[in-house]
Amino acid sequence: MVKELEEVVDVPVVHVCTVVPISLTVGANRIDPAVAIPYPLGNPQLNQDEEFALRRSIVEKALQALSTNVGEQTVF
Amino acid sequence: MASIRVVHYLNQFFGQIGGEEKADITPFSKEGPVGPGTALENALGNDMSIIGTVICGDTYFNENIDTATEEIVKLIASFKPNLLIAGPAFNAGRYGMACGAVCTAVQERLNIPVLTGMYEENPGADMYKKSIYIVKTGNSAAQMRTAIPAMGRLAIRLAKGEVIGSPAEEGYLARGIRKNVFHAQRGSARAVEILLKKIKGEPFATEYPMPVFDRVTPRPAIKNLSQAKIALVTSGGIVPKGNPDRIESSSASKFGRYDISGINNLTAETFETAHGGYDPVYANQDADRVLPVDVMRKLEQEGIIGQLHNIYYATVGNGTSVANAKKYAHAIGEELKQAQVDGIILTST
Repeated sequence: MVKELEEVVDVPVVHVCTVVPISLTVGANRIDPAVAIPYPLGNPQLNQDEEFALRRSIVEKALQALSTNVGEQTVF
Repeated sequence: MASIRVVHYLNQFFGQIGGEEKADITPFSKEGPVGPGTALENALGNDMSIIGTVICGDTYFNENIDTATEEIVKLIASFKPNLLIAGPAFNAGRYGMACGAVCTAVQERLNIPVLTGMYEENPGADMYKKSIYIVKTGNSAAQMRTAIPAMGRLAIRLAKGEVIGSPAEEGYLARGIRKNVFHAQRGSARAVEILLKKIKGEPFATEYPMPVFDRVTPRPAIKNLSQAKIALVTSGGIVPKGNPDRIESSSASKFGRYDISGINNLTAETFETAHGGYDPVYANQDADRVLPVDVMRKLEQEGIIGQLHNIYYATVGNGTSVANAKKYAHAIGEELKQAQVDGIILTST
């Protein structure tokens, strides 16, 4: 999906995912490692504020990936 | 008395521990065969027996690949096996990754033959087919009956140290290894034969398949984030509560588009996951854990991004074929192009 979106829309796409080796094998160009499979952008053990801050940090990294030129597959 | 000692690796499901709610269990071992191990042992004949089974949860493995591999190799080594068989994993991605990683590690460190089975689109197949023998299976456990005998046949040959034939003869995924053989016909004659078949439009088999490089060129970065329109897409199955489009929990036949105008936060009352391939408890409590609408709205308010695109797209990436994933992404992409988005965040579980 990540490759087809990049090809069709012609804009940068970042893949936020937990199992980075799969994303690398599939061929995502920009990869943002996530927390866990059932909660990539969260952590139920944290309180609400901490969890929001964690999620924000992952999204900010995704935006940083979208704002960075890459020549090859890059894990941020 | 069987002389060849086989260890079998299984995930929590085939290891009869439980479904997704048990996918985070740590590795442990049992004596003898478990689940599909019984049929596998029968397929292995009288000289071989499954002396032990090592079981690990798919989520635990994939979230801790290095330590999990370490623990599993130790458990396998304690049985002093002559052969390791993992799976089959069919089209289960996390399970395929685990089978491939465990087989590769055992082959290297214990120096014994290893074997697993997968559907060719399993991400584990692409990742590990060059290092190990992966028997080609169907895409779901419904094909267990054909997978087991095929794996048994190759396992016997590997255990006995026999010469393994070509991928087509033996039924495993091509490893990219070239072997010199004597052929009754010389190369030029075979080439002309293939050419004639090609001209006549008849089926022919190439002797030298070209590698497929399915890569896309990275698009240039967003220059000004504060002016950019960012879209969210997920394969994690986040849908409005009640799943109005009835997106299937596995092998999804469609994707959904959902309007989030004016929505600043996904709650347990309004959104849920339709995905059947991971424990849904956490996403159902707070779908922002998969699709970060709350954070994106905050960044929009703060002017860090220009705007969050008011439509998000979702499908369930669980046993989905590559062809379907590509088809859905193509259709989603056409719409996002129309909407003139500047960047896309795709989240996966």
